[in-house]
Amino acid sequence: MRLAALVVLGIVGLILIELMQRSSLAWQKFGFQFFFGNDWNPVSGIFGALPFIYGTLVSSLIALIIAVPLAIAVAVFVTEMCPRPLRKPISYATELLAAIPSVIYGLWAIFILVPLMRVYVEPWFMKHFSWTGLFAGPPYGIGMLAAGTVLAIMIIPIISSISREVLSVVPQHQREAALALGATRWEMIRVAVLRNARAGIVGAIILGLGRALGETMAVTMVIGNRPEIAKSLLAPGYTMASVIANEFAEATDDLYLSALMEIGLALFLVTIIVNIFAGLMVWTVTRGTPVRTHAQ
Amino acid sequence: MPSNVVKLRRQLVDYFFTGLAASLSVLVVGALVAIFAYLVLRGAGSLNWSFLTQTPKPVGEAGGGMANALIGSVMILLIGSLLGVPIGIAAGVYVAEFGRNRLGKLVRFTADVLNGVPSIVIGLVAYGLVVIPQKHFSALAGGVALAIMMIPTVSRATEEMLLLVPQAVREAALGLGIPQWRTTISITLATARAGIITGVMLAFARVAGETAPLMFTAFGNQFWSLNPSQPIAALPLQIFSYAISPFDEWHRQAWAGALVLVILIVGTTTLLRFVFLRRMLGGAG
Repeated sequence: MRLAALVVLGIVGLILIELMQRSSLAWQKFGFQFFFGNDWNPVSGIFGALPFIYGTLVSSLIALIIAVPLAIAVAVFVTEMCPRPLRKPISYATELLAAIPSVIYGLWAIFILVPLMRVYVEPWFMKHFSWTGLFAGPPYGIGMLAAGTVLAIMIIPIISSISREVLSVVPQHQREAALALGATRWEMIRVAVLRNARAGIVGAIILGLGRALGETMAVTMVIGNRPEIAKSLLAPGYTMASVIANEFAEATDDLYLSALMEIGLALFLVTIIVNIFAGLMVWTVTRGTPVRTHAQ
Repeated sequence: MPSNVVKLRRQLVDYFFTGLAASLSVLVVGALVAIFAYLVLRGAGSLNWSFLTQTPKPVGEAGGGMANALIGSVMILLIGSLLGVPIGIAAGVYVAEFGRNRLGKLVRFTADVLNGVPSIVIGLVAYGLVVIPQKHFSALAGGVALAIMMIPTVSRATEEMLLLVPQAVREAALGLGIPQWRTTISITLATARAGIITGVMLAFARVAGETAPLMFTAFGNQFWSLNPSQPIAALPLQIFSYAISPFDEWHRQAWAGALVLVILIVGTTTLLRFVFLRRMLGGAG
């Protein structure tokens, strides 16, 4: 038993060592410049990861902007508002969204979402928001916006299920106190529930971010896979995870492999930090609240 | 402002937010229904007997199927489970039964960290650990990648189920003079069995749809293969490569494959949720 426990520790150590070792070639050659280089040119042996970092961040950000209001609305609706018999089915439906494999989201996105984006959504944005400069260029359908939208659907379940958990540990007497003061239901939710659960909801959002940063297949299938930084969200982009997915099996020389390994290492470290931070935020609510109310 | 106006305004705000939350929830559930409906519609139309029994035909020829990918997925999942499940269960037992110390906490934390590692990174590591020494892609490498992904899920599920076993059960066994290790194996684990099996199946369902860690480990294969040390086809990989191909026939098959995969995964999850989990919780409660 202890051996197995040590194996779990060993695996994480092994991941770190393996990634560090195999990326050392790129690290020696480019150093920190690797993460600021704009040029990704395997043929001439120049590797800069900035376009991928940019793509990962922007697509995840779009995902959060879309997913957060939806996910929190579902969590609040299920825990505070909806009639009891509807609770289980709605939470079950959101959890089913989490059970669908990434590649199937990608398939769905290629054949449904991308055409919809191309024909309706993107022209609409171009018409009304072209002044921002974020929605310029031909509406391919494929691109940053499509990737962000798929990601949003994929991270809604995790954000909403953890938010639900956090909301449900807000002590009942907080709600009762607010209602006793004459608050309407929404005022009670705002003052007593959301305020108490704030840190935990932020944690849930960051966990969603962690999921979005590392998501590979669906993004790879719709983001367009072009290693360029474009201001327009309609333009194709590339992410850290999808460059590994697309190019690793075809990487021909050691430096190329090593550069992709280094992107993997960066992804590994970033998601770990993000997840640990998020875990702490959730923990402060789920563990902290009962203790604090006890002391009062 | 007169008080009844204030009251009316507050009431309207309340209605507004209730309506907003309700309609956004409807939107999310609607998205799920839309995805499923389309999947069933496209998939069912393309699913037929030859899809399940034949191997892929060359481009341009109609027919053919994903039999090799189905068997390949089974192989990889089998290898993954054989490696991952025992380690996961043992680690879970350690954390739940012997883990009230620093190591236990560390292991639980590490399992959570491992759970959050992007699957593509796991693929890179399996590549480094198995593919490079072996010098070629293989089903084994794919299995190792999936095993790494299963361990944290299985371990957490085991831990949670063991913590549901009442302390009195352990004390009764120990009171009869049964040694601790024997108590753990024959009494505690046996009591939590149904729950642990459920956890294992859930982990299984979760990794069954994984594509990214298989791309450069199992790699895929257009032909029938049962050799664990050779590249092998897998259902998710096949769906991916067919989906991004330009051929209508392959798109059709990708939808069929997706339907099979979703039925497998959602079927397992739902069945477990409604049958075993309830029985388990009922028994322990």
